[in-house]
Amino acid sequence: MSSVLSSAIAQGLLWSILAIGIYVTYRLLNISDLTSEGSFTLGAAVTAFSIVAGVPPILAVLLAALCGALAGTVTGLLHTKMHIPSLLAGILSMTGLYSVNLRVMGKANIPLNQVDTILSNLKDLLHLARDRGAAIPLGILAVALVIGLLVWFFNTEFGYAIVACGNNDHMIIANGVSSDKLKIAGFAIANALIALSGSLVCQYNGYADVQMGIGAIVVGLASVIIGEVFAKDKSFVFVLLSIVLGSVIYRLIVAFVINTSIVSANDMKLFTAVLVALAIWFTDLSQRKGGKKHA
Amino acid sequence: MLEIKGLCKTFNPGTINEKKVFEDLSLTLNSGDFVTVIGGNGAGKSTLLNMIAGTYPFDKGQLLLDGKDITKLKEYERAAFMGHVFQDPLLGTCSNLSIAENLSIARRKGKRRTLRRGITEAEREEYRALLAPLGLGLEERLTEKVGLLSGGQRQALTLLMATLVRPQLLLLDEHTAALDPKTAQIVLDLTNELVQRDQLTTLMITHNMRDALKTGNRLIMMSEGKIILDINGEAKKQATVSDLLALFEQNNASLDDKMLLG
Ligand SMILES: Nc1ncnc2c1ncn2[C@@H]1O[C@H](COP(=O)(O)OP(=O)(O)OP(=O)(O)O)[C@@H](O)[C@H]1O
Ligand SMILES: [Mg+2]
Repeated sequence: MSSVLSSAIAQGLLWSILAIGIYVTYRLLNISDLTSEGSFTLGAAVTAFSIVAGVPPILAVLLAALCGALAGTVTGLLHTKMHIPSLLAGILSMTGLYSVNLRVMGKANIPLNQVDTILSNLKDLLHLARDRGAAIPLGILAVALVIGLLVWFFNTEFGYAIVACGNNDHMIIANGVSSDKLKIAGFAIANALIALSGSLVCQYNGYADVQMGIGAIVVGLASVIIGEVFAKDKSFVFVLLSIVLGSVIYRLIVAFVINTSIVSANDMKLFTAVLVALAIWFTDLSQRKGGKKHA
Repeated sequence: MLEIKGLCKTFNPGTINEKKVFEDLSLTLNSGDFVTVIGGNGAGKSTLLNMIAGTYPFDKGQLLLDGKDITKLKEYERAAFMGHVFQDPLLGTCSNLSIAENLSIARRKGKRRTLRRGITEAEREEYRALLAPLGLGLEERLTEKVGLLSGGQRQALTLLMATLVRPQLLLLDEHTAALDPKTAQIVLDLTNELVQRDQLTTLMITHNMRDALKTGNRLIMMSEGKIILDINGEAKKQATVSDLLALFEQNNASLDDKMLLG
């Protein structure tokens, strides 16, 4: 396998956890949560800081997810308890997190060259030659764990309630559950996943950077939308797997357009934004044609 | 028994949109009362129901349900012992979840949502048996998404969900108004059956005067936030649509078309 291809697959897998997090808020809760930009970086910042401080990489990863959950909880509280519109609540968290991330890191960039990471741990475990070689196995493992956990969770009583709340909060309130609590839980879960993704991506990249979350939400959305092409009216597991596929396809598209110099690396974010805008537009058009109601 | 004492409610106080809906409204429902509520548009019927359900807070007053003060409880907390069916059939159910999943959420009303499985096999059997008597064929479609059902089917399902755990109070806000006459009748029959089976204390708002007279044991008419008629038993049985209309005109209440058809 060429290195371009394998690195696109590895990145697709590691970033797909971000996309799944975006899916939880964007599709299940019906909320566009911009916290993601900050919580992705937060995951990286916490990981880099902890690893450099000597924390075992696996613990650093879990700590990153926990901090992401906390960031999501803050957005959830801003939205539900302080009645700040969700979009604005996310922007506030994202902005605040920029400072938090700088504080955590102490500087704008922390390199991870001379330290053990989850990749080097896994490389040793699997007797591989290079750290990067462990990226695809790590991605598969992480994705499998995340999907397994989510499929279990969203089939519990609490999980059902979250799905119902995102679809119709009148219904879930009328059935005796606090919609605030469910929304906060949804924000927390989504941002835990996003921070987890940030943690893995930073170890793959070999550094954490305070700017690395910029555009993360659009990348996640691109993966979700590409994935949904394959997952029309399918079961939850299938939808999640499709998002992973969507994320890998997105990385392959990126690798292709950059390698063939169709788009320069600097224009990548613009390219992705246009891609997402067009994709949402096309889905909307085809739904109208299909006679689906707008809601 | 539900006691509403001295309820006051003004929307948007202190603005040009200020709207005083209730000034010291009191009403007592006895256990097992099935009360139909009629009144012109804007009379305050929905607001009354929403105040009881806790959708909006009220300015002054007290709510007692079976002697317990529920004034300070939030909407979701009150829902643990109330059933609420809205006019809009889309509001009572979740279209992304299956029929069985919707029922399973209602089955756990008033309980903490845990990390146990959202639905058990035994429940599925129970739901099949519950849906079969409706004659809508829903028992064969347990795993289908509720979004695929018609408005009437969804409303029947909502009604089942609202009464799956016996509520101390059932609130129905024009729950048949969005349905065609035949489906409306099916849902109304189901309402009667469920209320009678479980002896539910019920408040049902309707714009159909004949339904209001035929259904339940007590009828109240509202106008401008006041109860202008409250009849039960024999008096209600004797009352006719033209009596109600006459009273309506006396109170200068605006009549909408639906009522004239009633
Ligand atoms: N959320 C709100 N904000 C402001 N005013 C409101 C609100 N809800 C109701 N009102 C006002 O309170 C009054 C009573 O409304 P309500 O909906 O209770 O009437 P109703 O008797 O249910 O009428 P209808 O038969 O049309 O459903 C109306 O004048 C209405 O405009
Ligand atoms: Mg009304």
